[in-house]
Amino acid sequence: MCGIAGIANLTEPGSILINSVGMMASSLRHRGPNESGIYIDDWLGFAQTRLSIIDLLGGSQPIHNEDKSLWIVFNGEIYNYLELRRSLVEAGHKFYTLSDTEVILHLYEDEKENCLSKLNGQFAFAVWDSTNKELFICRDRVGKKPLYYTINGNQFFFSSEIKALFSNDQIDREIDYISLNQIFTFWTTLPGRTIFKDIKELPAGSYLKYKNSKLTITKYWDYDFALPDNLINYSTDDIVSKLKELLIDAVRIRLRADVQVGSYLSGGLDSSGITALIKKNFNNELSTFGIRFEEESFDEGEYQSAMVSNLNVDHTEIFASNKKIGELLPDVMWHCEIPLLRLSPVPLFMLSKLVNQNGFRVVLTGEGADEVFGGYNIFKETLIRSFWAKYPDSELRPRLLERLYPYIFKDATSKANLKSFFKLGIDNPNDLLFSHMVRWQNTSRIKRFFSDDLANENKDYEPYSDLKEILPEKYSKWDALSKAQYLEMKIFLSNYLLSSQGDRVAMAHSVEIRMPYLDYRIIEFMSLVPSYLKIRGLNEKSILKKVFKDILPDTIRQRVKHPYRAPIKNSLLNNNLDYVDEYLSEESINKYRLFNSSMVTKLKEKLTKSNSASEIDSMALVGILTTQILSDMFGDNFQYRLNKPITFDRIYDRRSISMSEELLYTERK
Amino acid sequence: MEQIEILKEFVISNFLFGKSTILEYDTDFLEKGIIDSIGILELVCFVEETFNFKVLDDEILHNNFSSLTKLNNYINLKLGKLQKVVQKCAV
Repeated sequence: MCGIAGIANLTEPGSILINSVGMMASSLRHRGPNESGIYIDDWLGFAQTRLSIIDLLGGSQPIHNEDKSLWIVFNGEIYNYLELRRSLVEAGHKFYTLSDTEVILHLYEDEKENCLSKLNGQFAFAVWDSTNKELFICRDRVGKKPLYYTINGNQFFFSSEIKALFSNDQIDREIDYISLNQIFTFWTTLPGRTIFKDIKELPAGSYLKYKNSKLTITKYWDYDFALPDNLINYSTDDIVSKLKELLIDAVRIRLRADVQVGSYLSGGLDSSGITALIKKNFNNELSTFGIRFEEESFDEGEYQSAMVSNLNVDHTEIFASNKKIGELLPDVMWHCEIPLLRLSPVPLFMLSKLVNQNGFRVVLTGEGADEVFGGYNIFKETLIRSFWAKYPDSELRPRLLERLYPYIFKDATSKANLKSFFKLGIDNPNDLLFSHMVRWQNTSRIKRFFSDDLANENKDYEPYSDLKEILPEKYSKWDALSKAQYLEMKIFLSNYLLSSQGDRVAMAHSVEIRMPYLDYRIIEFMSLVPSYLKIRGLNEKSILKKVFKDILPDTIRQRVKHPYRAPIKNSLLNNNLDYVDEYLSEESINKYRLFNSSMVTKLKEKLTKSNSASEIDSMALVGILTTQILSDMFGDNFQYRLNKPITFDRIYDRRSISMSEELLYTERK
Repeated sequence: MEQIEILKEFVISNFLFGKSTILEYDTDFLEKGIIDSIGILELVCFVEETFNFKVLDDEILHNNFSSLTKLNNYINLKLGKLQKVVQKCAV
């Protein structure tokens, strides 16, 4: 688990400086505080900052193959590396480390990109074939590990985080208006984009090849859902027992590490299930970590404590006060590198710090269960709206929504209006984006805060067409739930939950999170299971609840789902946070020209005065504030956050230009 | 200021933060995403405070609260009714 970064010359060999790659690596120090190494020749220089987890002493990177023609830098974990290693050794490969990194390299040597289908893990890695001058970079199937790149002049830059690309002065740091529009619709950018102009993300499940000045990107994996003829016809009991087996194995291989492994515990079904599986099957001395909130409506303390005593684990909590959440937002933005519409990443940033302080580098989490097993309200909402759409005049059908959102349907006012709200698109249930249109149209209202300049730039842009273009061919044939699951995983899981709420805030404190529910074997198996078994009636994650039947107490298994969220208004306003006032001031808003300053002032006044805040006003506040923070942090004020170039622990220098020349060059510069 | 203008001003400043271009008298608040469920509560409170009457639960209907014109009609009806009640009492 680490940070990787590199620079490649696209057209001809030339000088790449150790210090240029060193600056990039330096900005990734938090991802890999234990050691660092670089490989460099006349075509490419790449480096890795390492958080040592497997083969602590021997696994230093970059790693090479037997004849040193192939080199690799790797961020992530390959959980099935022991099994893969065995067959590689049998095939005659000589290993000089015990690491999973070396396993990837030999596998790549034999199978090129086909090696990806054998890897079970979370990863982003780059392999340099120094003989054929070919660079290969890839990301894991669902996008747990990040990878960004850009082309500037005749050079190609890549890295685990965008800040490393920006540590090269010549790369522009400009907000991309189209991306901002997408975020203010989908809550994140669509795959491939970032909030910054010309900075690209390598999409999840894709690899990139660069050879002979040609760059190609290929998708090697995507979520797929079986059509009716291909669904499995196992009994529910058989599905449950198969899944239990898979889940236990997914947990087992994720406990592989040469350091101690802990677990996040929220008190919900998903994290409780993982924690129970570890405790009961693998580790009796388990340490768990959880978040407590100041605001009661966000807190799950009661259930957390119940699980702690039920499982008898060594539990440590972090207390997320409103004020602390507000104070930490700018630090979190440095790591997330994308505007947010919610503050949920902040408490997780606090939690990873706690984990780090307790001497842990690895934790298992319950992320992904809602997507894979059908846990979100938006899925149930889709089912109800599809049912309603068959008879749009029905008075009774929409009333099912009241069961889904009892807290917002609590009075007559809400009932009348919520019904109209969810009615959007009910006349067109065949729309490809039917499941998510209510949410996205609603979110889009915050675009009203765009400045005239930005609105003008965006006036012909329609984000839904861009989305429709990336939908797989089979998509239109899937049922309503599968479509909704696809959209949720492709957009929100990959580019928000696994990044802003996952890798970024964990790695900020050098903590690796591992997510058993997102083992590809589980995803692929669940995609064969009929939708009606995933959500039975309105009982979400029905199969997973059965898996945990004798493992979790009924109070946890049957509790009403509690969405993980963090308070917004009470964290950001009325807490004497100077930065909030500054970034929302007329001067600051007008400086970046992204928002309408008088509207922003009115929004802030309204929220400061009122006791409650509507969903949409809260989203607008966070969206505007975090965009402002990013504009400043990655704009004029970027340099001050960067360290000096890293002093590498390990240097493989194969350049034809001598070291002294580089020193001279650096001094002149 | 005319009654409907008072309503318009409130909706513009409170829900549109000054951006008046998308609001016509017959614009449907929900369809255009101007007001959500919490917004309707704010609107009800505003009407009660400004026009000094109680909005009953079963009056919070799409037909009464979904556009400036409809809201204005509802308030007129309400004030008219109240007026009648007051007159009756006076007699």
